[in-house]
Amino acid sequence: MGLRVENLRVYYRTMRGDVKALDGATFEVADGEIMGLAGESGCGKSTLSKSLIRLDSRMKLVAGSVELDGKMLPLTDHEAMNKYRFAEVSLIPQYAMSALNPTRKIGKMIAELVRSRGFSYRVLLPELERRLALVGLSPDVLNNYPIELSGGMKQRTVMVLSTLLDPSLLIADEVTSALDVSTQRAVAETLVQFRDRGFVKSMIVVTHDLSLVYQIADTIMVMYAGKLAEKAPADKVVKEPRHPYTRLLISSLPEVGVRYAERRLVGIPGRPPGLLDPPSGCRFRDRCPLAFDKCAEEPPFVEVERGHEVACWKAM
Amino acid sequence: MLTLEAISKVYKVGAFGGRELTAVQEVSFAVGPGEVVSLIGESGSGKSTIGRMVLRLASVTKGRIVFDGTDVSRHTGARLKAYRKKVQGVFQDPFSSYNPIFKADRVLHMIRDSFFPGVSASQWRTKLEESLDAVRLDPGQVLGKYPHQLSGGQLQRLLIARALLLDIELLVADEIISMLDASTRIDVLNLLAELKERGLGILFITHDLSLGHYLSDRSVILRRGEVVEIGPTTEVFANPKHDYTKMLLASVPQLHRKWDMA
Repeated sequence: MGLRVENLRVYYRTMRGDVKALDGATFEVADGEIMGLAGESGCGKSTLSKSLIRLDSRMKLVAGSVELDGKMLPLTDHEAMNKYRFAEVSLIPQYAMSALNPTRKIGKMIAELVRSRGFSYRVLLPELERRLALVGLSPDVLNNYPIELSGGMKQRTVMVLSTLLDPSLLIADEVTSALDVSTQRAVAETLVQFRDRGFVKSMIVVTHDLSLVYQIADTIMVMYAGKLAEKAPADKVVKEPRHPYTRLLISSLPEVGVRYAERRLVGIPGRPPGLLDPPSGCRFRDRCPLAFDKCAEEPPFVEVERGHEVACWKAM
Repeated sequence: MLTLEAISKVYKVGAFGGRELTAVQEVSFAVGPGEVVSLIGESGSGKSTIGRMVLRLASVTKGRIVFDGTDVSRHTGARLKAYRKKVQGVFQDPFSSYNPIFKADRVLHMIRDSFFPGVSASQWRTKLEESLDAVRLDPGQVLGKYPHQLSGGQLQRLLIARALLLDIELLVADEIISMLDASTRIDVLNLLAELKERGLGILFITHDLSLGHYLSDRSVILRRGEVVEIGPTTEVFANPKHDYTKMLLASVPQLHRKWDMA
């Protein structure tokens, strides 16, 4: 069944008007799928992932619906959403390392948390210990305060905690960006392992790092200025991208093996439009080398081949 | 030009400074004119501490920093100021390098106040335009603007322009592109390469191996304050000798090549 998002629009209320941070997203994430959600800062990727679990007071749901395993999520009803949070939709926050309560021992904090959701800590404890062992942590961490653990250990603890109730959808928001390369790899591999063992059914991995998400994702969705640009299997996005933005983004990434002296990379001139009053038509138009008259009209996000969707007139 | 001779940094830690923590241990390497040296390491490896010691923002516990033949590691007052005319740094976070209350170009005027008080307005104007031109910024687009009106890439280039006003010989670039977006970071990286071609020595501090590889002539791999491997960049990356370097290289996520997962 998986996740189905229909025309989701979430704006931020500000003094000067609505900031159209997420302006019409329609996509699906299948059971067992790890979807990488990539884009630059301000493209709406965090807004999208946040709105699937908790709309904060500044966020306004303007249109759209979200269906998980055949049930509509009551996004705007704070109380009703509680039933789904943690149990059905769970989140590994961006700063997982600081997500733990510093005044509680980790075990006590987890006990309070699961009880507040109506579960018994005693029943869950054996599974909790088993999963901690799986990510290389001894059950002793439950008797530790967060300050006694290293950053990577805290990150893994939060990962185990977030997935303890076997949620259907897990949102991992920039979980690796604060980590060193070697820990980064371990954390990324743990995410895959969680999916393979069935702790979570599907996953949205939000990141600005395309080369990292390419390692673990089945599909990658690229966003630009509040809109979806492209979604396709990971290999397609990296090797045969169809949207000009994706192409430029990928060709601007330095990799081990590329040297300035041999092959000079170029960036994308210009900057994304402001979203308070975004331009009509394709939002990438001003920076796009392929732009032509038709781009004044907004391109729809359509399937150009099986499993490959693009919002660009030139790609159709 | 710049030579580090077995420099160490020891911090006193604990409530009464009773314990010692060695952040950098006997690190030696050199940066020549027109050379980019990458200092690569994970967090806690001491790479930023080395950068701060070179800039003389942190004191040197042991060892010597030799710049153009003189030991600058104990310089103070006027001699330190003269050294800073030659060596400048740019840091990771462009947004917190500026005071949001003032216009962004204040960082340029402060250079004039402290280093060039005698320069006439028109001479200064030419100098300013030259250095903005070198970092490919349009004066009309950046002068007189507040920091929040400029992008991260523009702010970072403005800080490089600020350093260039001083006819520097060495630039310490500490993670200067980690906070920038993918589409703009490559422009700043290419800019460093152009400056290198004009003879500037660059100490490029990064945790990102691919960035180090793209730009540098020589690489220094650090681990827990010690150098584990040093050599020409192409050699270090193609044929790493130390197990730690091998492990780091194997962990770097790359496009077009996936990890072998167990």
